[in-house]
Amino acid sequence: MLTRKIELLVGVFVAIAIAAGLMLSLYVANQGISGDQETYQLKAKFDNIGGLKVRSAVKVGGVIVGRVADIRLDDKNFTPVVTLDISTQYRDLPETSSVAILTSGLLGEQYIGLQPGFSFEGIDVLEDGDFIEDTKSALVLEDLIGQFLFSKSKE
Amino acid sequence: MVNKLISLGRATLDKFAAMGRATYMLFGALIAVPQPIKNTPLFIRQVYVVGVQSLLIVSVSGLFIGMVMALQSYTVLTDYGAEDSLGPMVALSLLRELGPVVTALLFAGRAGSALTAEIGLMKATEQLSSLEMMAIDPLRRVIAPRFWAGFVSMPMLALIFSAVGIIGGKLVGVDWLGVDEGSYWSVMRSSVEFSEDVVNGFIKSLVFALVVTWIAVFNGYDCVPTSEGISAATTRTVVNSSLAVLGLDFILTALMFGL
Repeated sequence: MLTRKIELLVGVFVAIAIAAGLMLSLYVANQGISGDQETYQLKAKFDNIGGLKVRSAVKVGGVIVGRVADIRLDDKNFTPVVTLDISTQYRDLPETSSVAILTSGLLGEQYIGLQPGFSFEGIDVLEDGDFIEDTKSALVLEDLIGQFLFSKSKE
Repeated sequence: MVNKLISLGRATLDKFAAMGRATYMLFGALIAVPQPIKNTPLFIRQVYVVGVQSLLIVSVSGLFIGMVMALQSYTVLTDYGAEDSLGPMVALSLLRELGPVVTALLFAGRAGSALTAEIGLMKATEQLSSLEMMAIDPLRRVIAPRFWAGFVSMPMLALIFSAVGIIGGKLVGVDWLGVDEGSYWSVMRSSVEFSEDVVNGFIKSLVFALVVTWIAVFNGYDCVPTSEGISAATTRTVVNSSLAVLGLDFILTALMFGL
């Protein structure tokens, strides 16, 4: 009788632990784009990537469609090249699309905003490994202040 | 001078000898032909003693730690208008650090000391020798089920701790301080990574479970069989396993989340 009670309580304990594990994996952790999903790669050259990091989000209109896979310097003209992993769900981005490095909120982390371009006759779709030509670099606060002071002093 | 060196050498040799005995004991207890029918009831009984009976203290501490963390971080985050980051703040600190570490410390105090005292008293009252007289290996009959029970229970307790703590954070943050419920969960979900945070926290708690349970059963098995010896062994269990957990936590964090 005592053993049955102990077995019951141990069973309850294990069930609670499994419930906690499920809660943590399904409810707390993201199941979104985490590398397990199928992705294809796009590349983009920037003048300045600011505080962008590997695994930063790539968003279209605020929706996460991929993550930054790799950041390296082009060894010929020394511009940063950012490789993006985009979910294959979003396959048909036209080659007129543009990317910009944006900041979420005033102090938030930086992410890549992808702006899909218009697609009409004669415009191809971006394939795996293609470069996105139209890029806007990160805003660097020091540069902005410098420009502001420069334009003030000219007045 | 020479005497000092001699005592230093003796202390070092004693430490190494103890480590050797601990390893020998662990392998003696674990390397065996599995006998599920005979050993499962022993194991389940120990899971009850070690795991189920620690459930209350672990979940209550988890709840309060989550609540305190939400309360404290809210006051700072609200200065920057970043109350939305309360969810990830609570969830990440619990999953990565506080869940495994605090559970291991509580487990050392609640279950580890009890294991040491129990095994130590068995040794002092010559129950272990009696088992050997009856041709029963005390390592397999007494040590192995306790070790496995601790090793299995503690990661589960750590999971429960983190889950309850996140709920506690939600109670204070959302229901009391008025952070938006949707953003509490969704911002948390967008910054907690399953393979990164949940799995690494779980690996941490597995390592801590191994270390704490090992120290606890070894100190009991190796204690001086007197009442003072048992009390010293119990103290040693709590002190050594707490220090080991805190030190290992730094190393594991540096390996997992460093750079």
